[in-house]
Amino acid sequence: MKKCFERLYNGLVRENPTFVLMLGMCPTLAVTTSAINGVGMGLTTTAVLIMSNMIISMLRKVIPDGVRIPAFIVIIASFVTIVELCLEAYIPTLYEALGLYIPLIVVNCIILGRAESFASKDRVIYSIFDGLGMGLGFTLGLTCIGIVREILGNGTVFGFTVLPESYEPFTIFILAPGAFLVLAFLVALMNKIKLLKGKDTGVTGDCDKLCRNCPNKGCVGKSIDTEVAG
Amino acid sequence: MNDLINVSASPHVRSRMSTSAIMFLVILSLLPSAVFGMIRFGFYAALLIAVCIASCVITEVVFELLMRKKVTAGDLSAVVTGLLLALNLPPSATWWMGAAGSVFAILIVKMLFGGLGQNFMNPALGGRCFLIICFAARMTDFSYDTFTGATPLAVLKEGGAVNLMDMFVGRIPGTIGEVSAIALLAGAAFLLIMGIIDFRIPLAYLLSFVLFMGTFSSPGWDMTYLAAELCGGGLMLGAFFMATDYVTSPITKTGRVIFGICCGLLTGLFRVFASSAEGVSYAIIISNLLVPLIERITVPKPFGKGGEI
Repeated sequence: MKKCFERLYNGLVRENPTFVLMLGMCPTLAVTTSAINGVGMGLTTTAVLIMSNMIISMLRKVIPDGVRIPAFIVIIASFVTIVELCLEAYIPTLYEALGLYIPLIVVNCIILGRAESFASKDRVIYSIFDGLGMGLGFTLGLTCIGIVREILGNGTVFGFTVLPESYEPFTIFILAPGAFLVLAFLVALMNKIKLLKGKDTGVTGDCDKLCRNCPNKGCVGKSIDTEVAG
Repeated sequence: MNDLINVSASPHVRSRMSTSAIMFLVILSLLPSAVFGMIRFGFYAALLIAVCIASCVITEVVFELLMRKKVTAGDLSAVVTGLLLALNLPPSATWWMGAAGSVFAILIVKMLFGGLGQNFMNPALGGRCFLIICFAARMTDFSYDTFTGATPLAVLKEGGAVNLMDMFVGRIPGTIGEVSAIALLAGAAFLLIMGIIDFRIPLAYLLSFVLFMGTFSSPGWDMTYLAAELCGGGLMLGAFFMATDYVTSPITKTGRVIFGICCGLLTGLFRVFASSAEGVSYAIIISNLLVPLIERITVPKPFGKGGEI
């Protein structure tokens, strides 16, 4: 049980996919024009992540090592298709808002990254919690970015007006450049808080000598992001 | 002691020109346009200029104090940025727009990339483009007092005729600093004579621009049209005061010519084929981003290296 909570903490804070690992940048930058889009994208990814982690962990002894990547992709793509059809059927507004980025979850590097570095090597229950932690961490990151962008760029949060009528929104923040600016400032803030706490900022500095938990294993000097980047 | 027998470490040749002296001369050269803008657009334009300069300097000082860095506001570069940004604003811009643009220019474009000498694009233009993207309607609204009307460039874009003399003297709508070509040219001449700016960038810029406009625009080689395009909009301000920024323009002479041509062609491209009438800011910013590539292909060959035998 302790390890389950450790996985949750790991995904939410220690190796937060958005602010620490910097994985899945494509949906992070593209869909966070409003807080609700951020939450929607995050939860959709979480659902896919939990299910694909579970199935991959179950099949980890069956899948031959040589074809593991295609096998993972097939599993992930199936779940993405299921989730996409469900969204289209039950939450059409979110489906419209996220558009192309739902099928693109297949190539989201968080999902393949977790399959490769955790689910294919660990027990089913831990893999589920790993997927849950990473997914919620991703949701947290996207929601933070979405809230900031929506406040500055539109004066609202989750559609509710929070800034006075006289505020003229800085439109740039709900356009593409604003995504980069907000992400950069939030990561800087996150690193500053970590520095104040006296902790190391990078993932590599977090090495706990347990290499199977390390997202950078097997690729010294280059991030896993470059291999499976979405 | 006699300088001849004074042993010292390099550099041995020093210029009396310091950064602050250069920046002071640039401010002087911008004064004609600034004063003209204040007279033409009244007290509010003066207030806008003051707000921009003040917020630029304050942003720089506050950032450096917070980051415990040496305070470099004394080199006057923040003043130049603020002044240039204000001259690029329409007279109807609100004071908080000026302040927001200044904070963006200094904080994000300049200080976060390492301060003066490290910024990858002209801070004033970065601030202006930030404002254009945020407040497109306000930034292209050139009405003031009871006077409303399209800028000469917009008129030309629609195929109308403009009074060239009005454009030259400055009896036209436009941003605070760009309206009077003659005031800008006076300042530019001062900078060229003092040796502050290199003639290559503006010359290559204006020449390639004229060539492009003559070849691709619908009126073609019509002299009145070309002269109006030259005097109109931010071209003079951009070519002489923004494109020549030391930090964001190439070092070598060939590189400067290439850089000027890039600016000219892009400005022409935007003015002829894009939907908006003006394109100087984006042209210069994009050329700023090309500078590292231009520098790479124009590395001078050291004496004695290579060559044919």
